[in-house]
Amino acid sequence: MRTPVVLVTGFLGSGKTTLISRLLERPELGETAVIVNELGEVGIDHHLLRRVDERTVLLSSGCVCCVLRGDLSDELRDLLNRRDAGDIPHFRRVVIETTGVAEPAPIVHTLLTDPLLPYHYSLAAVVATVDGQHGVRGHEAVQQIAAADTLVVTKADVAEPAAMHVLERELERLNPTAQTVRAAFGEVDPSLVLTPSGNDVRDLPILDGHVHPDAVHAVTLTLDRAVDWTAFGIWLTMLLHARGTEILRVKGLLDTGADGPLLVNCVQHAVHPPEHLDEWPDDVRRSRLVLIGRGLDRSTLERSLRAFAGG
Amino acid sequence: MAKEHWATQGDDRRAQVLRARTLNRVLSHYRLEAQAWGAGTLVLRDRKGGTAVVDDLTALWVQAERFVGDRLDPLDPALLDTLSS
Repeated sequence: MRTPVVLVTGFLGSGKTTLISRLLERPELGETAVIVNELGEVGIDHHLLRRVDERTVLLSSGCVCCVLRGDLSDELRDLLNRRDAGDIPHFRRVVIETTGVAEPAPIVHTLLTDPLLPYHYSLAAVVATVDGQHGVRGHEAVQQIAAADTLVVTKADVAEPAAMHVLERELERLNPTAQTVRAAFGEVDPSLVLTPSGNDVRDLPILDGHVHPDAVHAVTLTLDRAVDWTAFGIWLTMLLHARGTEILRVKGLLDTGADGPLLVNCVQHAVHPPEHLDEWPDDVRRSRLVLIGRGLDRSTLERSLRAFAGG
Repeated sequence: MAKEHWATQGDDRRAQVLRARTLNRVLSHYRLEAQAWGAGTLVLRDRKGGTAVVDDLTALWVQAERFVGDRLDPLDPALLDTLSS
């Protein structure tokens, strides 16, 4: 059984450390190894704490989002070896706290494409904290939000309720696939952050992304007929290659003609292995794909997908 | 899982040939051709005698752009017209 990894990201001062400290106090978070870049105030008395220095390895493709995090790869391998050798206490989960300015795509890329790690670890969830008082700051914060399954709006105890509401609407625009929860003093239900708990893409409205072309927004593609999976793979790899810096996230359910849908989930160029679900939750077998990025035009994307893969 | 590219994972020979055929609908627009070589590997050729072996679809697009000398964009209206015709 693979060890789940929870990635906790969020801009500087947005409450990552407080969130992790509170989570680690919960009994259900026992036996957790924590990897951080900075030794801060994470309360980890009874947990393994490992510190890494961010080290990136550029791949031959030269793509800036496809660098690998060599430090994390080494650390996760070392944790495995030490656990197997009995040198460290057993752990059944890893929490990685990124720096405030870290882009999540290289970390996701490392976890999914390292030659060894995918056999021993699974990326269970990406959690991004957002400062409820100061809102979304910096382009790294936008990338972190787009990559998230769960968004934790922190400082709910001190933020103005009206400002919180405006912020939550903005987060919904930036990443409608993520579930948003509020937290005061880092207190959240652990089940919301330990598992992929994003919204069902089929429940989302059709998003046209009619905003400023430079702004990050989401568009929804819907297809009424089954999609050719082989052609879809060709389309998506070509799209991510050509437009990878503009597309921050792709998530959706596809009807490929099988009994159940296929779950597709990408963070920039990092593509999770597609997951076959046993059955559709209801009688509607319509494919729905949400893309988050800059300058996305729904009708062009839909025309392109249909030309490649049918539907 | 570098070798087990998500788009070709678990492919048998028939799927590899089908993928190359589907791919060639797109590549023909750029005067390129792909041939299945097994286990996700493809041979890519241009019409000037250029040949490259690529391990997966991501590598294929990198090499195809080198052959063509331009970006290959799946949203290009000219390509979409070719595919729809």
